Amino acid sequence: MEQLFFILLALLTLSAALMVVTTRNLLHAAFWLILVFFGIAGFFILLHAEFLAVVQVLIYIGAISTLIIFAIMLTRRIMDPQQPRFNSQWGLVGGLAALLFVVLAAVTTRVAWPTTSATLPAEPIKQLGADFVGVYAVPFEVASVLLVVAMIGAIIIARERG
Amino acid sequence: MEYISNFFVNLGNSWTSLLSSFLPPWAVILINFIIVALLLVLMPVIATMTLTIMERKIIARIQNRIGPNRVGPWGIFQAIPDAIKLLTKEDIVPVNADKPLFNLAPLLIFLGAALLWAVIPFGRGVIGQDLNVGVLYLVAVGSISTIAIVMAGWSSNNKFALIGAFRIVAQLLSYEIPMVLAMASVVALVGTMKMGEIVELQSIPFLLILPVAFITYILAAAAETGRAPFDLVEADSEIVAGYFIEYSGLKFGWFYIAEYGNLLAVSAIAATLFLGGWRGPFADQAPVLGPLYFGIKTILIVFLLMWIRGTWPRFRIDQMLALAWKVLVPLGLFNLLWVATMIKLPLPVWLQWAFILAGNVLALLVTLTLMGQAAKRYAARRGMVGTRA
Amino acid sequence: MQSQYLFIAIFAVVALALPAIGLAVAWALRPKKPNPIKNSTYECGMETIGETWVQFRAQYYLYALIFVVFDVEAAFIFPWAVAYNQLGLYALVEMILFVAILFGGLMYAWRKGALEWR
Repeated sequence: MEQLFFILLALLTLSAALMVVTTRNLLHAAFWLILVFFGIAGFFILLHAEFLAVVQVLIYIGAISTLIIFAIMLTRRIMDPQQPRFNSQWGLVGGLAALLFVVLAAVTTRVAWPTTSATLPAEPIKQLGADFVGVYAVPFEVASVLLVVAMIGAIIIARERG
Repeated sequence: MEYISNFFVNLGNSWTSLLSSFLPPWAVILINFIIVALLLVLMPVIATMTLTIMERKIIARIQNRIGPNRVGPWGIFQAIPDAIKLLTKEDIVPVNADKPLFNLAPLLIFLGAALLWAVIPFGRGVIGQDLNVGVLYLVAVGSISTIAIVMAGWSSNNKFALIGAFRIVAQLLSYEIPMVLAMASVVALVGTMKMGEIVELQSIPFLLILPVAFITYILAAAAETGRAPFDLVEADSEIVAGYFIEYSGLKFGWFYIAEYGNLLAVSAIAATLFLGGWRGPFADQAPVLGPLYFGIKTILIVFLLMWIRGTWPRFRIDQMLALAWKVLVPLGLFNLLWVATMIKLPLPVWLQWAFILAGNVLALLVTLTLMGQAAKRYAARRGMVGTRA
Repeated sequence: MQSQYLFIAIFAVVALALPAIGLAVAWALRPKKPNPIKNSTYECGMETIGETWVQFRAQYYLYALIFVVFDVEAAFIFPWAVAYNQLGLYALVEMILFVAILFGGLMYAWRKGALEWR
């Protein structure tokens, strides 16, 4: 049953991802990307990670994709259907992508993925929150610094332009 | 009598045992899911049928008019001819529109409005699904509406629609943060994100402990539903209804239904988080009363939002954004940390709550004073008349 | 847990089907008499001039960026709030530090006028 849902989700996500890179309209690509994000949220559900699934929807669909759409709308002349889809470096990039695929395929098929018989904690979110301020206290605070640095950088760049 | 006192849960149990007698368990679950989904999906439609007439009557009363009074007694059936009209109206798709997205947007906006109802508890055990991430789920589902609005505004290929979409997205983003902070202070108090459990643990309505969070939530809710005074996103006199300007007929109808569905949903969430949801006198002995109390509280909040709409002038975009980022976000952060600090004090619970309330009231007074001073400075700078120098 | 999300998925399908069915019924009932003027872009009777694609102000993008930062913060705050009752005083201190750093960022944005609408 889970296998069936996985295959359906994988088909949905991959075909949406294919549309992202092949559609001529940049904004359509952004909307297809949102469908990809939904598919990934679905995978998180299949992995029993409901918190990550909701955060995926909250951050990637609610925030990041809005940011992408704003960025597209702020840019002029990018929607031109006459834009060529390939530039002179497509061969190089294609080669690199193929190489990356080969490496990834080799790794995923060779490595013996460790499995654990541990069960989920009774309240995973509570455990996560406790770990944020317990085991992972330093990354937690660093995340805050990182967020602020990102914000300050964005403000500096946007203000210099405007 | 036993059966009646917990009518909804017992009805569900009887139905399930009836189905189980001749169907395998997975089929019973599937059928029940579909039935519940069909019931919940009607909530936005029911909201539109009832709240439109309520709103038109209340606004009319505020503006010293009579309001609709032709269809049925006091005009209460006005929604039915409106629905027939929307259903039979010609559908216009502008030539320059991006047709697939133009047609998809009304479906998505309805999806965003409907999915909210999956985790709202109508009574003890009367809830779609009590998700572990309930509160966060509500915020996440809200992002579907944002996407639908961008889609509608862009695909119409109309300048008013695009300006309206941009404005409403800026507004939705800005007010999501204060809303999330208000919700987080409730979650910190009860220690769960399950909507059903939040009600169970709410021995007194949190409105009495967290008035700042409640006010923040109500303002954010008014902004998230795009209602006056935050209706600059669809200001008729400026951008002629904004992002759904090109929609007509039932496609417009779905936007309209989503708007009222969202209005009822945010009110229901406010009633759940701050007014004790389905709790009330004798609700423990007779859970059948729960949905009734819940409905009354929800309608009270809806009335409050309509009252605000009828009496406040519209904000400008700079005022709207300043209220979110310069007032509500700092206030929400302070409130969250204040609640967190107080519940760690080694004191009896009621005293902790009293301290939280005192801090809330103080924060509110300080905020209002600061806002008043800022307004005076602004008026003096602009040389406005009627200011005390 | 996963069955709960099966319900959400079913609910989503139903919630997409209802408006689709509604539109299908409306399609059967409504008149269809398009003409070029009726189908032109609505702009209060004027003919629309130029492209709809005017460049928007960068301010919108800035607000969206600040929003992303605070949205990620919210994703951190919620698990903390759920676990908070059972944690010691250190949880409070760490969250105060976390929020203080972010509040510093907000103050920076405020002072630099990034929150100003111009």
